[in-house]
Amino acid sequence: MIPLSWYLILAAALFSIGLFGVLVRRNAIAILLGVELMLNAVNINLVSFWRYGDVTAMAGQVFAIIVFAVAAAEVAVGLALVISVYRRRNTVIADELDMMKW
Amino acid sequence: MTTELLIWLIPLPPVLAFFLIVLFTNRSKALSHTIGVGAAFLSFLAAMVVFFRAIAEEHLGEHPFASSINWLPTGETWLRIGVLIDPLGAAVLFFVAITILMIFLYSVGYHNFGQPAGDHDHKGLPPHGATVTDEHGHKHTVPSVEPMYSRFFAFLGLFAFGMYVLVVSDNLLTMFVGWEIMGLCSYLLIGFWYGKPSARDAAVKAFMTTRIGDVFMLLGIAFLYSATGTLSFREIFTETTLNALASTPTGVLGLSAAGLIAILLFIGTIGKSAQWPLHVWLPDAMEGPTPVSAMIHAATMVSAGVYAVIRMFPLLTAGYDGHGLTPEMTVVAFIGTFTAIFAATIALAQNDIKRVLAYSTISQLGFMIAALGIGAYVAAAFHLITHAFFKALLFLGSGSVIHGMEHGVLHTGNHKVDPQDMFNMGGLRKKMPITFWTFLIGGFALSGFPLVTAGFWSKDEILADAWYHNHYLVFGTLALAAFLTAFYTMRQITLTFLGEPRTEEAKHAHETPWTMTTPLVVLSFFAITYGWVGIPEKFPILGPLVNKNWFHDFVGHTLAEVPKAPEFSWIPLLTSIVVALGGLTAGYFAYRNVKSPAEDKLQIPVLKNKWYFDELYDFLFVKPSAWISEVFVSKWMDQGLIDGILHFFGPATGGIGGAIRNYFDVPVINRFFGDGSADATWWVGKNLRPIQTGRIQQYLILSLFVLLVVGGLLYFLLLA
Amino acid sequence: MTGEQIIFLITAGFTLGSGLMVVTARNLVHAALWLVSALFGVAVTYALLNANFIAVVQIVVYIGAIAILFIFAVMLTRRDMRESGPQMNKNWWSGAILAALVFAGLAFLLQGWGGFSKTASAFPSGFDAVGELGEALVSPDAFVLPFEVASVLLLAALVGAVYLAFNKK
Repeated sequence: MIPLSWYLILAAALFSIGLFGVLVRRNAIAILLGVELMLNAVNINLVSFWRYGDVTAMAGQVFAIIVFAVAAAEVAVGLALVISVYRRRNTVIADELDMMKW
Repeated sequence: MTTELLIWLIPLPPVLAFFLIVLFTNRSKALSHTIGVGAAFLSFLAAMVVFFRAIAEEHLGEHPFASSINWLPTGETWLRIGVLIDPLGAAVLFFVAITILMIFLYSVGYHNFGQPAGDHDHKGLPPHGATVTDEHGHKHTVPSVEPMYSRFFAFLGLFAFGMYVLVVSDNLLTMFVGWEIMGLCSYLLIGFWYGKPSARDAAVKAFMTTRIGDVFMLLGIAFLYSATGTLSFREIFTETTLNALASTPTGVLGLSAAGLIAILLFIGTIGKSAQWPLHVWLPDAMEGPTPVSAMIHAATMVSAGVYAVIRMFPLLTAGYDGHGLTPEMTVVAFIGTFTAIFAATIALAQNDIKRVLAYSTISQLGFMIAALGIGAYVAAAFHLITHAFFKALLFLGSGSVIHGMEHGVLHTGNHKVDPQDMFNMGGLRKKMPITFWTFLIGGFALSGFPLVTAGFWSKDEILADAWYHNHYLVFGTLALAAFLTAFYTMRQITLTFLGEPRTEEAKHAHETPWTMTTPLVVLSFFAITYGWVGIPEKFPILGPLVNKNWFHDFVGHTLAEVPKAPEFSWIPLLTSIVVALGGLTAGYFAYRNVKSPAEDKLQIPVLKNKWYFDELYDFLFVKPSAWISEVFVSKWMDQGLIDGILHFFGPATGGIGGAIRNYFDVPVINRFFGDGSADATWWVGKNLRPIQTGRIQQYLILSLFVLLVVGGLLYFLLLA
Repeated sequence: MTGEQIIFLITAGFTLGSGLMVVTARNLVHAALWLVSALFGVAVTYALLNANFIAVVQIVVYIGAIAILFIFAVMLTRRDMRESGPQMNKNWWSGAILAALVFAGLAFLLQGWGGFSKTASAFPSGFDAVGELGEALVSPDAFVLPFEVASVLLLAALVGAVYLAFNKK
């Protein structure tokens, strides 16, 4: 009843919104929020491909589980980094963290 | 051993002596002269053996001693070289061997062997004397030994080698080789005292002048070879070949091939035997030591010239039928006769004892050449041989005189006195008796003193031949020349030996050692007796006594057709006697009271200056050549043109290099490419640098943008 | 329009709206809270897809751990209680355009794919999806290796995060 296309479009849209957030937000933590959205969009894609393909093949769900683990690890480390930078530079504005410029 | 092998060996000892002395014994004077004289003696022995076998041989003319080998491959055939002793060769060999040996022996004494080394003698200059202190403490100056003693014998050996090669060879090629060797040796020996500029110049002059003759001779040889395909005498002088050559016209001055070849070869003789116009080198050649003068001007070199013409006589007379002279013979006769009188006139006015003899040699050679020109084959050969003996005698005698005078010069210490000037001599008959008597014999032989001297018989034969064949102009001129010869000879003897010594130096002259006087005695023996082998058959009283003219028969058989001896006639005989005795008497009376050149009436400038021929040649040839070489070639062409071109290349290349550097290298390559690329890179870098802001979101935007672009391109170009 | 579809549409709108608020909220704590609602919407989507376990894990892990972590981080990096300055940087329009382009590109690519309009096959009855998932995760010839590696990854992340954020006082 619900064509696959709907889920895929939903995922694509969520992905684009997350991408917009990554590209545009000043605060570093807000950027990481955008990254979370993108990862969730990917997960939606994976699960819907599992459901609309061979249901007995567990690869889709396993992949999604792994993505969960990775996302969690990544958020932990990323936020630890942001906090560490904040302690050093006293700022979380991404534009002010430009020590790698020429 | 066989005669042929002996003939091959005759030239060998002198050339071995040359090499041994040059390579090994140069330091030892005694060893060098022993090798030299020994070699000359060995060759003399071999030559004598060959000669005596030759005269014992029947029909030597048709069957000469001959031996040849294949030498140069020329396509299908070989050029052969070898040795040949026919009657002419045997007779010439005889006098060559004796005179060479005498000259070698003479040189030992002439160069003062055994005397101490000089005070300040240098190699290259004549020795100047050494001071010795005797037991009383008196200092004397004595003659010193020649510093380059060994070298002299080495060169003399080479010279002897050249002459022997020329005499024994059976073909024009090796004859020419010997000819050239002698030319080289004349250069080396005339310029023996190379420290003297006059000697150096004289050596070059001799070499150059004879070279001119040699070039034409070589042309003649080449022409002969191309016309006949051979250079061997026996093959050329066959009747068919000679007739063919005589009848081939060449288009040059109307001469036949035989005539042209003969003239070309004769020009070589003009050079070598110092005939007019190439006579200028011979008087200057007196710069060499006296044995050299004897060697060159009596025994060997000039004789080689006449010998060459005698050898080529069949070619010269090809086409001569006994009546009118062919053009080539006329040329030869003219040159000979003219030279005879020309040189005799110059000899009258010379004061140097050796110069008189030099011009006398030129004159006598003229006699021989004239004889050949009129077809008197045997007479020319006869005079050649007798002349060799008495001229060698006269030269060696003059050397002895000069040595005696040098004794006097060393004694008085006055080195300004020229020991060779006859006006400084006088009365030497008492001081140097052997020299005097032998010189007298030689001088009388030269003048043609009747009956007892060899010169009389040979000169008379030439005059008789000229008279018999009606060549009256030649006869008259030669008779006049004979008169002048006797006159200046007696002048020479009077001034040198007779009267009283005119200078202190002459008073202190004394006789020379045995090594110098022995050759004089030996040669004077031949100067007297050799004439008696050629007494004509019809000569009054003596002719029938001897029964036949041995010389005429012997040498005459060399030719295919024995020439007929001239009929006896009183006129030439009387002319000979008159001119000889008359000239001698006139010379004695004219000069017995002359004490200085001022009193000598014959010191006419044009004669003293040799008819200004040296000045003429200097103007015509020497100065233009010097100009061409110094100005035209050296300055204009070499320095100006060639160096100019080269000097142009330097700056031109520099200019091109500079232009390339300034207009291409610096602006284009350095600035545009080099600096330009650096600037461009820097500019690109500078302008791209702001992209790297360090802000991660901008990086993301940039990379996403590029991703979309590239992805879109790939999708639409490749996949769609 | 079946009921399923309606439910899907409402859920989708809710999720997307929350996502938009996440990226545009000025107050960072609000953004984090909007993230929670977005994550919740995603969990409902999972449930619609019959991925029960995943849905529950989503709520527990994401909302329960990650979102809370975000809020902690926000708290730790505030200079003061007020928010100041714009929340978007000055290139926000290029970001918007790019995001739009990406969405358009993805949509375009996807609709060109054959199985785009596939409908779901029936869920087999009696199919124990969770049990199968569990077996797949620990079975040696299935996905035990990635599972174990993921646990190592989490360990590494744990150590790293502790080290990085450790206050050396």
